[in-house]
Amino acid sequence: MSKYFAGLDLGSSFVKGVLLDEDRQVLAQVVERTGISFAETGKKILEQLKTQAGLPQTALPVVSTGIGRNNVAAIEFSKPEINCFGKGSFFLFGGPCTVVDIGGQDNKIIKLDSAGKQIFFRMNRKCAAGTVSFLEEIAFKLNLKTSQMNQMASQATAAVPVGSYCTVFAATEIIHHLRRGENTEGLMRGVYESVTKRIMEMATLDEQVILTGGAIATNPVLVDLFKEKIPNPVQVPAAPQFVGALGAALYAIEASEESAP
Amino acid sequence: MAKIEANKQLKQYLKEYFQGFFPPAGPRPKVAWCTSVGPAELLISLGFQVYYPENHGALLGATRAAEKYIPVANAGGYSPEICSYLTSDIGAFQQHETPLKEAYGIPSVPPPDVLIYNTNQCREVQDWFAYYARSFKVPSLGVFSPWKIDQLNREQIGYVSHQIEAMIPELERISGRTFDLDRLKEVIALSRRTSDLWLEFLQTARQRPSPITFFDGCIQMAPAVVLRGTVAAVDYYELLNREMKGHLARREGAVEKEVVRLYWEGMPVWGKLRFFSDLLARFGANAVASTYCDSWIFTDFDPADPFVSMAEAYTKIFINRSERVKETILAEKAAEYEIDGIIYHDAKTCPYNSNSRFGLPQRVTAKTGIPHLIFDGDVNDLRCFSEEQTTTSLESFVDQIKENH
Repeated sequence: MSKYFAGLDLGSSFVKGVLLDEDRQVLAQVVERTGISFAETGKKILEQLKTQAGLPQTALPVVSTGIGRNNVAAIEFSKPEINCFGKGSFFLFGGPCTVVDIGGQDNKIIKLDSAGKQIFFRMNRKCAAGTVSFLEEIAFKLNLKTSQMNQMASQATAAVPVGSYCTVFAATEIIHHLRRGENTEGLMRGVYESVTKRIMEMATLDEQVILTGGAIATNPVLVDLFKEKIPNPVQVPAAPQFVGALGAALYAIEASEESAP
Repeated sequence: MAKIEANKQLKQYLKEYFQGFFPPAGPRPKVAWCTSVGPAELLISLGFQVYYPENHGALLGATRAAEKYIPVANAGGYSPEICSYLTSDIGAFQQHETPLKEAYGIPSVPPPDVLIYNTNQCREVQDWFAYYARSFKVPSLGVFSPWKIDQLNREQIGYVSHQIEAMIPELERISGRTFDLDRLKEVIALSRRTSDLWLEFLQTARQRPSPITFFDGCIQMAPAVVLRGTVAAVDYYELLNREMKGHLARREGAVEKEVVRLYWEGMPVWGKLRFFSDLLARFGANAVASTYCDSWIFTDFDPADPFVSMAEAYTKIFINRSERVKETILAEKAAEYEIDGIIYHDAKTCPYNSNSRFGLPQRVTAKTGIPHLIFDGDVNDLRCFSEEQTTTSLESFVDQIKENH
């Protein structure tokens, strides 16, 4: 049995990689923009994981997940990201729990029982509202960095509501508010609140709630807003963006253990 | 793997049906357009050749021609939010095109002499048929069914059966024939026989592995829709069921390794039958049963009491029942077919046959312990469907079931 295992989460915006040893200790984690080739970026991430962990560039068991999970070579098998985010979250915090993942182009709500079994999940509808793509669109339109948006939103005393379901209409709504001279800090808070609303209307959030995904990693104000709005305990992993890749690496270990003599 | 050989004959039966609207010699038959679960039996008994616009809608979806025609209807004032059977069909008509030309060699959709609809399935059929009433300058008559029925009572049955009977004088005038009760009884008996044979076909899926998939059902149901009430439908299903006996005896599965048995609730995504069929098979899953295919089972048809039994059969369809009845039916079907998971298709433009919008999946799961998945799509409008997102959801759902087995 190999001593090292990797998980690759090939997302629409970023590829994330996690390298574990057989005791499930994280030895390395790497993230890169996906770019135009899942295969190339995935290969590069694997090489970087081994370099960061001080391992030779030899083959090791890899499980892939994410939208590009079937576009990368030299993997044991692939798993949908829903299962991997569940697996990674349960490993970190146990169950029962509800995992909220805010990804580049889709959101997921995953419910696990006390044994870590997935009992329910829901993805967002086709629209990108409430995802990282929505936040990126707003940042681009207003020529703001994510850090600036967070800072402005955290300084707001009240939110200017952004109500539209649709990313394009929400952007138009924001421009309308700006033209009317609305308080920009409040408007940024409204943008983030709209993300929490889109999530909370997908399904009920039961038990402890675990927040994962790129949006959580880069937008601390989102964590504050969720904590404000959810009465249940809210957990945030140290590396929210890597939970899917962690779950994939855990699947690699499990598969190896199951096939061991 | 079970491969249905009767498909070849099916195509021939359908060809004869469609070519029957345009006989090479002699006068053209009187043509009635009818909603698929409408009073077709009455129309057949009066000598009408019955054409079903919903079947045409499904054909436009399955051939993906709908993608071309929906925008045409949208531009003409028919919203993208309304039934995409309707918008596909009207868009195609506005372009003077139909896939029936290529498939069956007929010049156009058969021009109607009368349009007959029943609101038991949805309320948009009235507007759909009104378009054609204006275009062809022919009458459009409707049966207005009580909606979301829990237990069907005598008043409700009477309300529907009287409406059907009240159509007779106008239909006699248009057809030029006198209503014949004995002929109606014969037609009802043929419809009942068709329904029984169709049920027998669907119930082959009770065996593990199932020799059929929901997607096979979507193809094989055509005679139950368009040939119901005729000898042809009975002949075809007798032929099909003889073949199915062989598949059952050899225990041939439609999916190579059937591990997970699913129930499909809601409409098909007509332009993606192959996509779903291949995807589920890849995961070792088979959608063995469905509400949609079951919708053409009419066990209430009774030749001894034609009007009342027609009213009962049409009004008691799943789509027209209360949430409580739907819950009970789904739980019974899940038990009958040993279902591991229920997939609900939330069809964007078909609210009447999207049964996931009032908490039904959650209640059925609570009642039966069977997990569910809701996916977003549409009957014909593929702009409302994401292949990538659906793949991820289905793969994860099947994995969830396998891991929890």
